[in-house]
Parts: sequence; structure tokens; C-alpha cells
Amino acid sequence: MHKGYFGKFGGRFVPETLVPALSEVEEAYRTIGQSSKFKTRLNDLLANYAGRPTPLYHAQNISRRLNFKLYLKREDLLHSGAHKINNTLGQALLAKMMGKTRVIAETGAGQHGVATAIVCALLNLKCAIFMGKVDVERQKSNVYRMRLCGAEVIPVQSGSQTLKDAINEALRDWVTNVRSTYYLFGTAAGPHPFPTIVRDFQSVIGRETRKQILRVEDRLPDTLVACIGGGSNSIGLFYPFRRDPVNFIGVEAAGMGISSGKHAAALGAGRPGVLHGTYSYLLQDKDGQIKIAHSVAAGLDYPGVGPEHSFYKETRRAKYVSVTDKEALAAFHLLSEIEGIIPALESSHSLAYLLKDKKKFAGQLVVMCLSGRGDKDLEEVLRVENE
Amino acid sequence: MNRIEAKFKELKKARKKALVLYLTAGYPNLATTEKLVPELERAGADIIELGVPFSDPVADGVTIQRTSAAALASGTNLSKIFRTVSRIRGKSQVPIILMGYYNPILSYGLKNFIAECKKTGVDGLICADLPPDEAQELLRLTRKAEIGLIFLLAPTSTPERIKMVSRVSYPFIYYVSVTGVTGVRKLLPNDIRAKITQIRRCTKKPVCLGFGVSNASQAKEVLPFVDGVIVGSALLDCIEKAGINYLDAAKKFTASLSAVKNID
Repeated sequence: MHKGYFGKFGGRFVPETLVPALSEVEEAYRTIGQSSKFKTRLNDLLANYAGRPTPLYHAQNISRRLNFKLYLKREDLLHSGAHKINNTLGQALLAKMMGKTRVIAETGAGQHGVATAIVCALLNLKCAIFMGKVDVERQKSNVYRMRLCGAEVIPVQSGSQTLKDAINEALRDWVTNVRSTYYLFGTAAGPHPFPTIVRDFQSVIGRETRKQILRVEDRLPDTLVACIGGGSNSIGLFYPFRRDPVNFIGVEAAGMGISSGKHAAALGAGRPGVLHGTYSYLLQDKDGQIKIAHSVAAGLDYPGVGPEHSFYKETRRAKYVSVTDKEALAAFHLLSEIEGIIPALESSHSLAYLLKDKKKFAGQLVVMCLSGRGDKDLEEVLRVENE
Repeated sequence: MNRIEAKFKELKKARKKALVLYLTAGYPNLATTEKLVPELERAGADIIELGVPFSDPVADGVTIQRTSAAALASGTNLSKIFRTVSRIRGKSQVPIILMGYYNPILSYGLKNFIAECKKTGVDGLICADLPPDEAQELLRLTRKAEIGLIFLLAPTSTPERIKMVSRVSYPFIYYVSVTGVTGVRKLLPNDIRAKITQIRRCTKKPVCLGFGVSNASQAKEVLPFVDGVIVGSALLDCIEKAGINYLDAAKKFTASLSAVKNID
């Protein structure tokens, strides 16, 4: 395979200024990132700081409704409340060992921003988080969390003032401060080597799941399900099972419905193109201008997707489906009511799909990644439901 | 011969440096672009870069972000830009380079894109987010059509990158003066001369300097060691500020830059 590519997807489409910086990250990951010193420290932090391993929980009440056996991989129980910290711990540690003094990151709803701010506080790194102005206004508590941890939150006023523009602005900052700064990319997208690095750090989800399910069920699951924004929790769950006879299903956000045009289903309704350094499926108009995504779940609200998912789509290794805001909200309520688990709106999409297509899985053993907890979404849910 | 290459030969003979001006195509509309190009040539521009607006211009500062958004809002796209270039060719043979981002070109189709460049009289192409490593197909197509494909070098470029980029970039090399995005700057970094010397050791191709150059005194400062300067944001700011008097303002600004082109 061509370097940095997954089939024909991936690559490194960035301004020349950033090429050496990306090579530096790639080299550091290949050397420092594989050293026993790095791995020992990361494993210690994952266990004792973040709270790994996370449980694999047999959700019996919801399983009865679904008529198949559903296990939830409880990434929602991690410190910071979502899977994002698996990646931020890994990359921030790498940045620290590379001798970088400043870390920047983009954030949509604030989950990756919070996870970055937390580890920068821990590792004593200067931290700046780019966040669309619209998102800053609607995610006040996450902005405060980041600031509590000492991060500077920079509201982005350009373009649509959401995640896509936060990434643009973070890239502009990186181009400017490239020598001192590490760009801690939040999902398994972006230019090479980020899709690989983020996947590797998130693969702890799948590795644990594989061990846990074999221990309790003495067999592999039939199907794995996870939601897809950029696609980091899903690729982290899928990747360690890639050579197993296990079905992968990625659930995208259909927002107000695919036909409404207000959705975030890059794989389902987009076509391949180049955005933020990678060649992958994305939402774009006939002239190749990027379209604005929509989802009630801010973490899925991105017009692109990681290149490895595009590769899985083309090779049919994984199947990609989508559910609407409304369906996701119903699943959010159901899991809260009958399991006492309030899921993130992102993760609610995975459950919504299983509820919608439950007949297809009759008698199966299914694992779903519960990528985050829903506490962050309470205000948003109240707002949407009062409208 | 490619118009850009011919222009550099002509300038060398006349002992002059190149003034390359960047305009966002379609800002505020394409009729304005069509009017401006021949006027800028008459006022002293040697090469014109037409910016192809993109929704997510990560290498650009606020001015080009703003003008790109305005150009898109006025309905600008590649097909219309090609029509504009065609019409400009009726009045002017100034070398024209399209500068932009990869996705609109990819979406247009690389083969179609190059065919249209050839047909309408586009002489070169600069793609801010397409390093040579990712440009094999476009390199092949542009070479065959004798269209320029200009790559960038930056203050962060390693000796290996300098060697590689200078080999494939044609007809000139675009040196980005600062680590950063496009836009007006008060001061230019002082490592420019050393870096240009390093590039010169690898290639005989002309080297032009852009990003941050915003007035005649800055141009004068850097011109002794490069073959040309590229000015964009400062020109667009000047056009924006002048309102209805944009044509006179742009001509005056161009003339002020053109005045420092001679090698003395």
C-alpha cells in the first residue's frame, strides 16, 4: 500500500510548510511511539488516570427488546466521559516526548477539546483549543471545563463557525507556529499520519472488547456497531477484528433526513474529495465546495470522514447506514429509561440503528460502542425537545 | 513556449524582476476580474494569478478568506472562471496562473480541467494543498499540455524537500516567505536571503517570493535576491477600500510596485 493510503484513500494534502511537520510526527510515532518507555507510561495513564479497561456490559433489558444479545463497550465511563481521551493521552504524551511546548486542537461540541485540555494540564503543556463561535455559544459548560484546565479557548469566526472551520483555523495556527506546536488531531481523519495514529490509539477499544467477549461468551461477536462522525471510536472498535469473520456497521447521522440535505452522512450521501489533508468521502456540491453538515449530535457534525472508512466502504469490509436526529433522540430516551445509562447523542445513533433494524440481527451476538456519556447533551436535548 | 517561461526570459533580458499579482477571481464579481486583469498588466503586472475561490482556504489569511467567500456568493465557479479567461485573452496575453485548492479541480475532473486550461489560455497552476508527493497525475497532465505546475517551498523546507520541489516545479518556484498564511505583514523574516541561496544551489529556475509582501518598500527589500514578488492580499485590501474607485486605486498600487522592478 502507498504510504499513508488505505487503498486509494488518505494521503497528505497540505501546504508545503506542514509537510516537514507531518513527517516529524510520523517519525516520532515510529520511534518514540513504539518505545517501551512510551508504551509503559501510556498504559499506566490509560489504566490509572483514564480508567481502563472499560467494562463490556451485557445490557439485558435492552437485549430483550431487541431480541438479540447486546453488549455495550462502556467508553462513557472513561475520565472526561468519552473515548476521546484514549487518543489525547497518546498524542499529548508523544508531543511531550518530542519536546513540543504547545498543543493545539479543534473541537466541535467540546469533547475532544476537553479531553485535550485535561491531558495538557496533566502533562504541563500549553494548550489552545479552536472552537467555532456558534459552538462556543451553545456549549458553554464545555468551554468552562477547558478553561478550568488552563486551556485557551479561541472562538472561530470564519466560515460556518463550526467544527470544519475550527479545523481550518487550527491548521492556520499550525502553519504559523509549526516549530513549537503539536497539532493534536481529534479523529481518524486529516493528513497522514493522523488517521493511522488516531486509529492505533483508539484500537484499545477493540482489543479490550475482543478479549472480554471471548472471556464471557467464548466466541467472537457476529456484529460490531459504532457511530461515525470522523470515525475514531468506530475504527478503534473495528480494527482489531479486521481479520475476523465479524460484521462491521458504521452509523452516520442522517440529521433531518438525507433528502432534506441537512445531514452528516458523508459515506452514505457524499462523494470522494480532498478536505483537511485527506482524500475520502465528503459532503460537497457540484463545484467541489464543502457543504455544511448537520446533526443533533455535535460530535457527528462533520462533512468528511476518515479515509480508512472510505476504504472499508469500497471494499465492503464494513456497511454504513444512517439514522435521523429523531431516531437518535428516541434511543437516547430508551437507554436512559430501561438501562439507567444516559448515552451521548452520538452513541445514541448506534442504538437507534439497532432498534430500527433489529430483525436483521435476531439471535446474534452484537457489541455496540457506547462512545460517550450523555451529560454533555442534556441542555441540547431539552432545547430541541422544547422547540 | 509557455507564456510564463517566455515572460521570465523577456524580463531577464530587460534586466527586470517579475511583478506577480494575485486577484481572487469573482471578487466582487467576474466582470470586475475581467476588467482588472488587462488594466493591471498595463500598470506593470507581469503575471496574474487568479485565485479560484474555495469554501475552506486553510492556507489563506483573512483577506483572501473574505474575498473568496464573496466570490462564491456571487456564483463564481471554475466553468465561469474559464469563460472569463477566454474573454481576457481577447484583450491581453499576460501570463495567467490559476491558484487555489485541490478539491474544486478534482471535482471538475483533472483531464477536463487541463483541457479547459489549454483551450482558454491558462498558463499555469498553483495548488496550495497539493505538495508534489500527491501530484503525480496532475504533473503528468500539465507536462503533456505544456502548462506550468508551480510548487511552493517554505521556511520549514528541508534540504531534501528543496531538492525535490525545485526539480518538479515549473516554470518557477514559489517561495513562501513566512511560516503562516497569506496576508499583509509589517515585517518580513530575516532568514529569507539564506533560504533563497539554499534554493539557488539546487536550481536555475526563477524563484518568486510571496506571502506577506505588501508594499513597494518591502518588494524593494527582497527583490535583489529573488526573480519576482507575488502580491495578493495587499492588492485586494486596496481594491476593497477604494470602493467604486477600485480601478484607479489598483492601477496606482500596481504602478508603485512596478517602479521597483528594475535591477540597478
